[in-house]
Amino acid sequence: MDCIIIDDDATARLITKQHCLNSEQINVVDEFSSAIDAIKYLNTKSVDLVYLDIHMPTFSGFDFIETLKNPPIIILTTSDKNLALEAFEYKSVVDYLVKPITKERFNKSLEKLDSLSTKEKSSTKEKNTSDFIYVNVDRRLVKVNIPSIYLIEAKGDYINIKTDEKNYIVHSTLKKIEDKLPSDSFFKVHRSFIINTKEIIDIEDNTVLIKKDVVPVSRSNKSELMKKLNLL
Amino acid sequence: MEKPNLSLIKEISGNDIEFENNILDIIKLEFPEEVKLFKTNFEEKKYNEASSNIHKIKHKISLLGLKKGLETASAYEIELKEGNIKLHPNFIEILDKIHVYLSN
Repeated sequence: MDCIIIDDDATARLITKQHCLNSEQINVVDEFSSAIDAIKYLNTKSVDLVYLDIHMPTFSGFDFIETLKNPPIIILTTSDKNLALEAFEYKSVVDYLVKPITKERFNKSLEKLDSLSTKEKSSTKEKNTSDFIYVNVDRRLVKVNIPSIYLIEAKGDYINIKTDEKNYIVHSTLKKIEDKLPSDSFFKVHRSFIINTKEIIDIEDNTVLIKKDVVPVSRSNKSELMKKLNLL
Repeated sequence: MEKPNLSLIKEISGNDIEFENNILDIIKLEFPEEVKLFKTNFEEKKYNEASSNIHKIKHKISLLGLKKGLETASAYEIELKEGNIKLHPNFIEILDKIHVYLSN
C-alpha cells in the first residue's frame, strides 16, 4: 500500500516512517509537515493510506479529512487519547494510534488494515461480474474487454490501458480503475502500475515481465504478489 | 524522581542503533526550538499558542520515558488554555531536566 505521512513533528514522522519501512507492507511515498501541502499533493496524486496527525497548527487533521471529497483510508496519530470518539465519526478513519507509536501497536494496526482490505476485495469481487468496462476516449465511451487488459500505467493525470488489441489513454487514476477490476486477476504492483497477473511471463528481482513490458514491483507489494501466484 | 531515559525509544526502534540515533538527533534539533517558542508565547501571554507548543513537546516528554512529566504536561496544556499558569514551574522543571539530559 502506498501511503503519505502528515505530522508537524519530525520525530513522529520519522517513527511512523520507520515502522512502515520495517513492515514491508506499507510504502511511504511522501511526508508532509503541513496538511495543506498534503492536500495540494493529493490533488494530483492518489495514495491508499494516510497517517495523519490531528493536532497541527492552522489546519488540523480533522480539517484535512473534511476538505477531501474522497479521502483515502486514514489512520490518525495523536498524543491525545480523548479524541477517539470524534475521530471515528469520520468514515475514512480506520484506526487511532496514540503517540509515541510502539512497534506492537503499529503491527496491530496493520492486521486491522489487512482484514479491511480482504473484506473490501471480496465485496468488490462480488460487485464486478461484468467482463467489460467503458472508458472515455476522445469524448467517446469505448467498451474494453477486461480479460484482454494486461497492463495499466499511470502517467500524470492519465492512465494508459494496454490490451491485446490496442492501448487506450484515459483521463483517470489507477485507484478508480483498480476499483472496477476483479482483484483475483489484477494487482497493483507499483504506485504507477496495475498488472493482469494471468499475463505474467516471468519475475526477476523487483521487476515483472508482462507481454513485452518490464514493470517495476515495489518492495512493499512483492510479497502479496507472490501470494497470488501458483507457485511450485 | 523520574529521569529521562531511552527505554521507550529502544522499544520503538527494536534496538536498531541507527534508528535510535536518528530519533535522538531529531529530538535534539527540535526540542530547543520548541521550548524557545513556548517560552516566547508564554512571556507574551499568548496562552493558546503556548498550549499548542506544549502539545508538541509532550510527544518528546513521552518518548524520553517521563510518565509523570507527561501527566503534568497534559494537565498544563489544558489549564494554560484557560489562563491558569499554576503548573508553569513544574513544567519548566521537566523541560530543564530534558535539556540537561540531551546536553550530555
